[in-house]
Amino acid sequence: MASAILTDSRLTDRKWIARGEERTSLSRFLLWLSPWAVVLAVGIYAAGLCLYYGLNETNMDNRFAFGLWIFLDLGIIALGAGAFFTGFLVYILKRAELRPILNTAVVVGFICYSGAVAILMIDVGQPLRAWFTFWHPNTHSMLTEVTFCISCYLLVLSLEYIPILLRNRQLRKLPSFLVFEHQLHKLVPVLAGVGTLLSFFHQGSLGGLYGVLRGRPFAFRAGIFIWPSTFFLFILSAIASGPSFLMLVTATVEKVTGRRLVPPDLFRRLGFISGVLLAIYVAAKSIDTLIWLNITSPSVGFAPWQYYIHKPFGTPILFAEIVLLGLVPAFLLTYRKSAARRGWLLSAAALACAGILLNRFVLTVQTLAVPTLPFDEFLQYTPSWQEVASFGGVIAYGVIVYSLSYRYLPLFAAPKGEHTHVSGD
Amino acid sequence: MSARYGMVIDLDRCTGCGSCMMACAAENNVPSLPQATARTGLTPLLVRKVSNGMDGVARRETFIPIMCMHCEHDTPCVKVCPQQAVEVDKATGIVMQMPQRCLGCRYCMTACPYHARYFNWWDPSWPAGMEKSLNPGVASRMRGVVEKCNMCHARLHSVKEKAAAAGKREIDPADYIPACVESCPTGAIRFGNLADKNDPAAQDAHSPDAFRLLARIGTEPKVYYKSKEAWVRGLAESHSGPGPEINRAEVMGSEVQDG
Repeated sequence: MASAILTDSRLTDRKWIARGEERTSLSRFLLWLSPWAVVLAVGIYAAGLCLYYGLNETNMDNRFAFGLWIFLDLGIIALGAGAFFTGFLVYILKRAELRPILNTAVVVGFICYSGAVAILMIDVGQPLRAWFTFWHPNTHSMLTEVTFCISCYLLVLSLEYIPILLRNRQLRKLPSFLVFEHQLHKLVPVLAGVGTLLSFFHQGSLGGLYGVLRGRPFAFRAGIFIWPSTFFLFILSAIASGPSFLMLVTATVEKVTGRRLVPPDLFRRLGFISGVLLAIYVAAKSIDTLIWLNITSPSVGFAPWQYYIHKPFGTPILFAEIVLLGLVPAFLLTYRKSAARRGWLLSAAALACAGILLNRFVLTVQTLAVPTLPFDEFLQYTPSWQEVASFGGVIAYGVIVYSLSYRYLPLFAAPKGEHTHVSGD
Repeated sequence: MSARYGMVIDLDRCTGCGSCMMACAAENNVPSLPQATARTGLTPLLVRKVSNGMDGVARRETFIPIMCMHCEHDTPCVKVCPQQAVEVDKATGIVMQMPQRCLGCRYCMTACPYHARYFNWWDPSWPAGMEKSLNPGVASRMRGVVEKCNMCHARLHSVKEKAAAAGKREIDPADYIPACVESCPTGAIRFGNLADKNDPAAQDAHSPDAFRLLARIGTEPKVYYKSKEAWVRGLAESHSGPGPEINRAEVMGSEVQDG
């Protein structure tokens, strides 16, 4: 009886997988998902504790008012920038060669943004008042701009995800879904344009969040008109790291599934785009750092070197951010010989993503740890298990959504017969 | 004419007794939270003990009451709040916090260089029977919102009501006194309208011994301190010039005064 049900479920599962696509067995797929499901369940439990008992379940405090969640939110939103940037390159700049990665970019973007919004809803003390920002918006606040743009862009990403979802083998059989998918698909270039506009603003505003903090000279930056320099640096760094992250995700999926999913040349193209943008970012970041250290910070009474006397936040962290995780990957991604080798290319992409995460860490965590008052001390903060588990839940959610999308949806839109096995490369 | 309420705290007179903290807590119905730590408790007014970092006879200490500085210019917390839960009252210059509108995002706490804003990490609670002694003029704040010193705004309300009942348009300045000012046994805190040149507080603020914390940031705080001790006045800024002595934070050390 049990084996009959299992056989039946295997047959049913097979019907949902795109025709001609090879996927692992249902049992192996469920085995892959099960640890992630456990992590997700623990994450939901931890998030529930935070929502029910309040943020006293975290290790944040009055001095470390932002913690792990904000750092990782900023990080995954930067890495998720590959979604809008690929859409921009394909639909606006007509770079058709990037089309094979477009669907996966949308799914990765959707996961990053929906995960970030979910964590933000736990991170605020009164989540039921989130709509107040739309009702009583403070137009001078960068956080208002972030809230507006992220909400709207998540809607855009959802609208971009729906056509991919409706291309599922079984869902396509419903005529109304097919028509809806067709109509929505015609809208995708417009959505890509809207998404680009929204993303430019909220990526910038996320940088502006800290750049405008006059009371935190470590983060405060001069700028242009109302925008501090971090506004522009965040846009640049996000579009530089986005393609690298997409490359890493695709390479990981290729490794796990043992298949070649995109044309080999695509990684080199993504790497080159990422590398050139990273080089521009590193140059801009270096100029900005020099202006900040020599003009902005001393003008408000803070000597630049006093930020770096606290271990482990010494000058090596600045060196790592600009050179080790900025200049080096930029070179490796653009230099013809290193870019031609898959190992070097992917390592450089990983370094680029790590550099952007380090930048977000420095701006969110180091800003709060560094003293402002002359009689303040350097602060330490260690996240509680609830904070770590909640975010682990978001990571697990991402893996599960991506795994389901890969199994049941045509994520890699390569023409039939182009897919080849990695083994033997 | 609108007022600019502010304070001048004479640090040479402050003994660190903490009565201002207690008066502030009682006046503003600050809950009793035995589970709170020095970094998670609610202390809209916090007396901090600071030393000159020396040992033996050369050691000097002072107490610095820290509360919201009611910044006048480019007020960091007002600018960042996404839903206008913080504002500078144009009539008084007091930076007001609206707990009923606060999202609890804590961006304002990140923006404040004085660490004078506090988050309600727990539901408010008091020991059994203590609820009967709460101030009926001040609403307690719920879990998940930010609060801070509002210069005992409830007292200003009652003074305005008193003036209105007497048919007056203006309040008698002597009637409006925040709880901390009233409770200080040495009279170290002087409160008044800084926009009125004849006000003793305004005159004190212009004394050569007066200073403001982190004034170079440019937010025009309305809480002044004064001391005849040069090293205490040196606390005004993160540093006073280039050089190895620049990091006073490390040299001096600091600790929070209990109670």
